[in-house]
Amino acid sequence: MSKAVTNVLFAGIGGQGIILASDLLSEMAFRCGFDVKKSEIHGMSQRGGSVSGDVRFGEKVYSPMIPAGEADYLVVLSEDQVEVCKNMVNENTVILTPAVLGDFDPGKSLNVAMLGALNAGLKLDKEIWFGLLREHFKGELAEINIAAFERGEASVK
Amino acid sequence: MASEKIILSGDEAVAEAALCCGVNLGVGYPGTPSTEVLEHLSKIGGKAQWAPNEKVALEVGAGVGFGGGRTIVTMKHVGLNVAADPLFTLAYTGTKGAIVVLVADDPGMASSQNEQDNRNYAKAAKLPMLEPSDSQEAYDFMIRAVEISEKFQIPVMLRMTTRVCHSKCIVDRWKPVEQPKVFDFELAVKERVMVPAFAKPAHVRLEDKMKQIAASAEANVLAQKETGSADLGIICSGISYQHVKEAFPEASVLKLGLTWPLLIEPVKEFVSGVKRCVVVEEGDKFLAEAIRAAGVEVEAKADAFLFGELSVSRVKKLVAGDTTPEPAAAPGRPPQLCPGCPHRKSFEGLRDLNCIVSGDIGCYTLGTLPPFNAMHTTVCMGASIGVALGLRRSLKEEDARRVVSVIGDSTFMHSGLTGVAEMVYNRPATGHLLVILDNSTTAMTGLQEHSATGRYLNMEPANQINIEAVCRAMGVDHVDVIDTTVEHERYMALVKERLASNDVSIIIAKRPCILQIKKLAKFQKGGAK
Repeated sequence: MSKAVTNVLFAGIGGQGIILASDLLSEMAFRCGFDVKKSEIHGMSQRGGSVSGDVRFGEKVYSPMIPAGEADYLVVLSEDQVEVCKNMVNENTVILTPAVLGDFDPGKSLNVAMLGALNAGLKLDKEIWFGLLREHFKGELAEINIAAFERGEASVK
Repeated sequence: MASEKIILSGDEAVAEAALCCGVNLGVGYPGTPSTEVLEHLSKIGGKAQWAPNEKVALEVGAGVGFGGGRTIVTMKHVGLNVAADPLFTLAYTGTKGAIVVLVADDPGMASSQNEQDNRNYAKAAKLPMLEPSDSQEAYDFMIRAVEISEKFQIPVMLRMTTRVCHSKCIVDRWKPVEQPKVFDFELAVKERVMVPAFAKPAHVRLEDKMKQIAASAEANVLAQKETGSADLGIICSGISYQHVKEAFPEASVLKLGLTWPLLIEPVKEFVSGVKRCVVVEEGDKFLAEAIRAAGVEVEAKADAFLFGELSVSRVKKLVAGDTTPEPAAAPGRPPQLCPGCPHRKSFEGLRDLNCIVSGDIGCYTLGTLPPFNAMHTTVCMGASIGVALGLRRSLKEEDARRVVSVIGDSTFMHSGLTGVAEMVYNRPATGHLLVILDNSTTAMTGLQEHSATGRYLNMEPANQINIEAVCRAMGVDHVDVIDTTVEHERYMALVKERLASNDVSIIIAKRPCILQIKKLAKFQKGGAK
């Protein structure tokens, strides 16, 4: 039952765009026809502390929280959060850190570049992704983020 | 509007339902994880406003209901302590229009000072309580709460928890939007004036209403039975249901959408159909104890599960009776005051002057952490003043003179004014010093406006209360306004002077929150809400 669900854990520091990344993936999974749930903790974490977002999608999702050790993907925007999330991963978890981007520095689009890297594994429809990014980002920001997404995806292949 | 599916958080889903129900007003005080309800209601075109505190919010909501209109009153769990006074007597008065009181509990204390279980308030105040388990139910149950409130003429509590408030899932917005209505005044003195002669029959009516609700179709449809294996039955409510369905997909489940009054008949029937029945609940053993008190044998959780949130893995352990310690999660990076935060200099000064700091609730509570180490008590909203005045009564003079109260501007308007009244009236022999950290916003909960910012919830201009003038009018000996970042030397000298005197003094450390400056710049540029 539970393996019919894909678990993606995002982690980083307040201000890095973790919440936006997890919102975008949730909307993406929804548009691709999956049931989806997303969980995060706001509050004190907004003040530069650790932030994480759980996204779970599949045919039917119950708990909004990824059970310990069951993350299929761990996407961190700040390397030190790998250690913080160690109880959430198993030996098969795909761990993606900004290091996968190599010499590509996406600047403020780090969260979207990492969504691209994630999509190298998830293989969700890129046209739907781009439509979503164009809805969310206005004007030239849309093209910057689409480029960051593509560079991110290409860097994992 | 046709049925339409969309991803929403629980808070947003409640706001969408409130709009569909045509509420005349949403009113509350910001508090994680409840804040987004009113923000979203305003964003989608409903009328929403921040009150100075939760008590006032509930009283305003009471008036809306007495007049025949519909209201949702929102607060975090500890806010209900502040609003408890009107809550208990509103149960007696009843209401004409729907009053829905949304309380957002925070098991696990993601951003709170305690993990009180507000189901106890429903029992103590004798009010019906609904508990949604996801955003869809948050939407549906808000609509049901309005129906129950008006049918039985009673305020209804909608209890959410952090994971229901902030988790997002797919919601079917099936209800068309209704417009708010206004009404002629109806005299109902015996119902609305709670002097003893009228309150005695009102109490009898209340007990009768709760029996009627327990027997009603509206309540019983909320007890959802899912028949699975007869070997294991689980009774649950709220977010626990989601964990249970994932941890034990084969079990029989009874989900109680209405957790008070307890519907004992469906519980009895469910328990009689399974070999073993466990109650899975976050917080207190509220349901288990109520069910046992009604004479039905069920298993309650072990004490180890009184603490923190439940999860799929903890639910497995709970049902197995496994109380072995759980592996501690690795500590994340702690929150801190932002670089450039005006509170930094204020706290550095108090630290360097070796003050004993009686603190309060807000971003500035982070002043307790290194490198400041400059907050030494924190209890509840407004407590900084009263606690400090008490300390000055029990400490030896040299220590009493080091005691300073620290409170933010929003917290001051919430419950600091009565503390100042106490300070001026019952002044300690050594006097006292209150520092109001005025950053012109309710920062911790995400930059909400309040009665002293000059803006409404929707950012339109509003009357602005002048905190300095209020303090002077209350009879404080000295009131100084200072920017502790640019006038640091003067700040230090002033604190020293005030602490050495026997006067009661207030220093207003005024400099806007750096995040608020960004928000205002964005707002002025875009004009967007």
